[in-house]
Amino acid sequence: MTTPSPAGTPRRVDVDVAVIGGGVVGSAIARRLAGADLRVAIVEARSDVGDGTSKANTAILHTGFDASPGTVESRLVAEGYHLLGDFAEETGIPVERTGALLVAWSEEELVALPGLREKARRNGYDACAIVSAAEVYDAVPSLGPGALGGLTVPDESIICTWSTTIALATDAVARGAEVLLEHRVTAAEPTPDGTLLRTTGGDVHARWVVNAAGLHADTIDGLFGHDRFTVTPRRGELFVFDKLARPLAPLIVLPVPSSRGKGVLVSPTVYGNVMLGPTAEDLDDKTATGTSAAGFAFLREKGERIMPTLFDEEVTTTYAGLRAAVPGGDYLLERDDERRYVLVGGIRSTGLTACIAIAEHVAGLLAAGGVDVGLRDDLPAPPRIPNIGEAGLRPYADAERIATDPAYGHVVCFCERVTAGEVRDAFDSTLPPRDMDGLRRRTRLMNGRCQGFFCGADAQAALETRGASLLAGADR
Amino acid sequence: MTVPATAHATAPPTRADVVVVGGGPSGLTAAAALAEALGPAATVLVLDREREAGGIPRHSDHTGYGIRDLHRVLRGPAYARVLVDRAREAGVIVETRAMVTGWAGDRALEVTAPTGRRVVEAGAVVLATGARERARPARHIPGDRPDGVLTTGQLQNLVHLHHRPVGERAVVIGGELVSWSAVLTLREAGCRTVAMVTEHERSESYAAFRLLGRLALRVPVLARSRVVAIEGRGRVTGVVVEDGAGARRTVPCDVVVTTGDWIPDHELARSGGLELDRGTRGPLVDAGLRTTAPGVFAVGNLLHPVDTADVAAIDGRQVVPAVVEWLGQDAGPGSLSGVRLRVESPLRWVAPQVVDPAGPAPARGRLLLWTDTWVERPRVEAVQDGRVVGTRRLPWPAAPGRVFRVPSAILDAARPDGGDVTLRLA
Ligand SMILES: Cc1cc2nc3c(=O)[nH]c(=O)nc-3n(C[C@H](O)[C@H](O)[C@H](O)COP(=O)(O)OP(=O)(O)OC[C@H]3O[C@@H](n4cnc5c(N)ncnc54)[C@H](O)[C@@H]3O)c2cc1C
Ligand SMILES: Cc1cc2nc3c(=O)[nH]c(=O)nc-3n(C[C@H](O)[C@H](O)[C@H](O)COP(=O)(O)OP(=O)(O)OC[C@H]3O[C@@H](n4cnc5c(N)ncnc54)[C@H](O)[C@@H]3O)c2cc1C
Repeated sequence: MTTPSPAGTPRRVDVDVAVIGGGVVGSAIARRLAGADLRVAIVEARSDVGDGTSKANTAILHTGFDASPGTVESRLVAEGYHLLGDFAEETGIPVERTGALLVAWSEEELVALPGLREKARRNGYDACAIVSAAEVYDAVPSLGPGALGGLTVPDESIICTWSTTIALATDAVARGAEVLLEHRVTAAEPTPDGTLLRTTGGDVHARWVVNAAGLHADTIDGLFGHDRFTVTPRRGELFVFDKLARPLAPLIVLPVPSSRGKGVLVSPTVYGNVMLGPTAEDLDDKTATGTSAAGFAFLREKGERIMPTLFDEEVTTTYAGLRAAVPGGDYLLERDDERRYVLVGGIRSTGLTACIAIAEHVAGLLAAGGVDVGLRDDLPAPPRIPNIGEAGLRPYADAERIATDPAYGHVVCFCERVTAGEVRDAFDSTLPPRDMDGLRRRTRLMNGRCQGFFCGADAQAALETRGASLLAGADR
Repeated sequence: MTVPATAHATAPPTRADVVVVGGGPSGLTAAAALAEALGPAATVLVLDREREAGGIPRHSDHTGYGIRDLHRVLRGPAYARVLVDRAREAGVIVETRAMVTGWAGDRALEVTAPTGRRVVEAGAVVLATGARERARPARHIPGDRPDGVLTTGQLQNLVHLHHRPVGERAVVIGGELVSWSAVLTLREAGCRTVAMVTEHERSESYAAFRLLGRLALRVPVLARSRVVAIEGRGRVTGVVVEDGAGARRTVPCDVVVTTGDWIPDHELARSGGLELDRGTRGPLVDAGLRTTAPGVFAVGNLLHPVDTADVAAIDGRQVVPAVVEWLGQDAGPGSLSGVRLRVESPLRWVAPQVVDPAGPAPARGRLLLWTDTWVERPRVEAVQDGRVVGTRRLPWPAAPGRVFRVPSAILDAARPDGGDVTLRLA
């Protein structure tokens, strides 16, 4: 972790591999490489891991059934599906195996279904089945009128994107990696044995550099003398509906994909909500994560058709994420031996699923470049991540746990049922939160329907006292 | 944390004659009145999830509480204390930091507290879970997601309970009574309200505040306007306001307070399978405050989002006969009795929704309604089976942003065995 040097001047960090970007992809790569005999650092501009695109997506663990066959992306998504699924089981990342149903709303979409099933097969996924309109309504009774048929994707699942990045980064630290937060890379100077990264948090020297900077991968690529591609931020806006809406969406309802992308879906979340979105809009501002009136209107129009009763429910939150779109429609994974540099770019709409497979692929690239990436045989056990999913037992409902520690019986966020014990644990963890958003992602505090009406002031005090204010209350 | 030696003596009850969920004005008043009516042999338990009971008035530190129920005017926290003390004196067990998270049976509740996770079995359940304000996302206001966007509830918590600074220039969205309450709180926190934005043609409670001499607040009210975007990365820098003619401008500010626009805290009501009213979004109730679930009753702002605290409290007395009657019978239906009331636009909701024209009147002989447009001297009609069965011209306006009260005698001529009665403005 960031340890400022005594004099206040930032120390210089020396590592074998610096991974620029602490998103889900960079964290997975750092975890993989730290499992070898390598000194590794995550160099992240923001004050938390997973604070970029990785925090704002639709959180689906994709089978990869609809990828473009033959691409690197299709292979890594299919592999990543299993690798992340296994890691989630080991660490306790919330996953729900809900399955998905792709719904055809027009004759044109209906005739496209057999082709999609065939495409799934070519992606190595055989489990899709074509179903009738009646079966569609049996599976999702609250769908709007007009569905003509569907294609099932039984293994498509939902996952907690926040826990995933935190678990990967935590495991990376357990394996010896450093996480350098608030270290924005501003320059990359070649040295005889690697690169000196100039960052807002001090210098980092690395023998090898992996660029996993997401939306800014093109800029970092430029620092290494390349001019290969431009990242276009493709905004996706989403509505998150109240938990009381959850029975409406027992599984993921997908549209028939078009050239514009995967389209608007209705999906349950592991926190018990229902999500509608995302939109797809190319922008030029990589910081434009605001929502828009046009986006809301579009989602409303789509949503009212797909599931009219959804809008009788309350909207808990709205947000927007930016996909890192690049020309060519595939991941850009390349090694530059001269600069001892690996580009991990264009990880657009599937990077969450593929992250561990991408990490394996990067390890392979480095191995081919002469780096020994063989896993050590004394790896620590994977961390256990606190469960913030609804499918597992949450602390507030765990009688035994409350009996041994009353702090788990003190609910401080009523809507999300977060307890004082969980807030304390977040601050005691390997990667403690530094701001409210970080605390939200670790505990769900403040994420509920009241958006702070009841718990906002307590949450702020908890942040400033690292949970102590709540525990004092729990003791009173 | 050590378990006190007296743990056995003070073990939280797992059975009670009446469990009241929610220790706000309505729940505390209901509990006290029920304890008195049922006598010392009965156990009446109030469960509240907050650290202290009292509900919203606890952090609403300004005057204006208690006129109709206590016949005096108190500040919110003092009012809350009076109600807590009264309940305790009446023999009610008030357990705080005890959150009801679900149902374990028709009248059995799952409770999480630092003392443990348990099920509480009740002879009767009174839901008094109150209401909250819709926050910015629920109001579909787009833009950036900066810090500094608050509901009145959060604002008052910050200022009155946590004594925190909030900012310097605020825009208040809404023009309800509670919006003025937010302005008062902001002023106390040293924050100027630079605009109050309301979609209505005037601030709904302007008149009330003029009467109270609150014009001294000198808040510019932007009527017939709406906030169409919030701006600022990190911290709020402004809001975009669109006026009735469609013209837009940015109002710089560092705080935005979304006020009013209430939604009942109906999670337990819904998860318990109670039928809800589409208008209030609270449980459907009759004049005795029975719900559609036998032995489950509801009071307060859960039923009428949102009325003043004293009116919520008065529900707490209104519910007593029906609860006592329910507990007195061995089993039997607790079904609602009366004709179903409906409203026509611009009226949005009415509470209660079921009234027997020949039976007991609703609390204070008033039907509570909500209007979406201002009518200076409203004439209300009750229509049953195509026939006007009652008419009232009221000396007070139907004003958006506060409850519009109509004497329930307007239903006197309705046929108890007839069809639904629709209330409309004529
Ligand atoms: C709306 C939407 C829906 C999606 N849905 C899904 C889905 O359902 N399933 C799925 O698998 N994927 C989905 N994705 C894709 C997935 O979210 C991304 O592919 C993934 O998060 C990319 O991770 P990353 O680590 O590459 O990028 P990021 O999370 O953006 O991480 C990059 C990091 O690099 C840092 N950085 C940038 N520049 C610098 C610098 N100069 N110095 C230091 N650090 C820097 C950033 O601060 C950031 O933290 C979706 C994406 C969007 C936008
Ligand atoms: C900012 C503001 C200013 C106001 N100003 C005035 C004023 O000047 N005068 C006036 O008369 N009125 C005022 N009001 C209105 C008044 O506060 C309410 O009418 C009154 O509090 C309603 O009482 P209640 O008992 O129905 O609900 P609440 O006071 O909301 O109480 C509900 C209680 O239920 C608890 N609860 C909810 N769910 C659970 C659960 N699952 N388990 C356990 N406990 C639960 C809550 O914690 C809460 O304590 C104001 C309201 C606000 C928000």
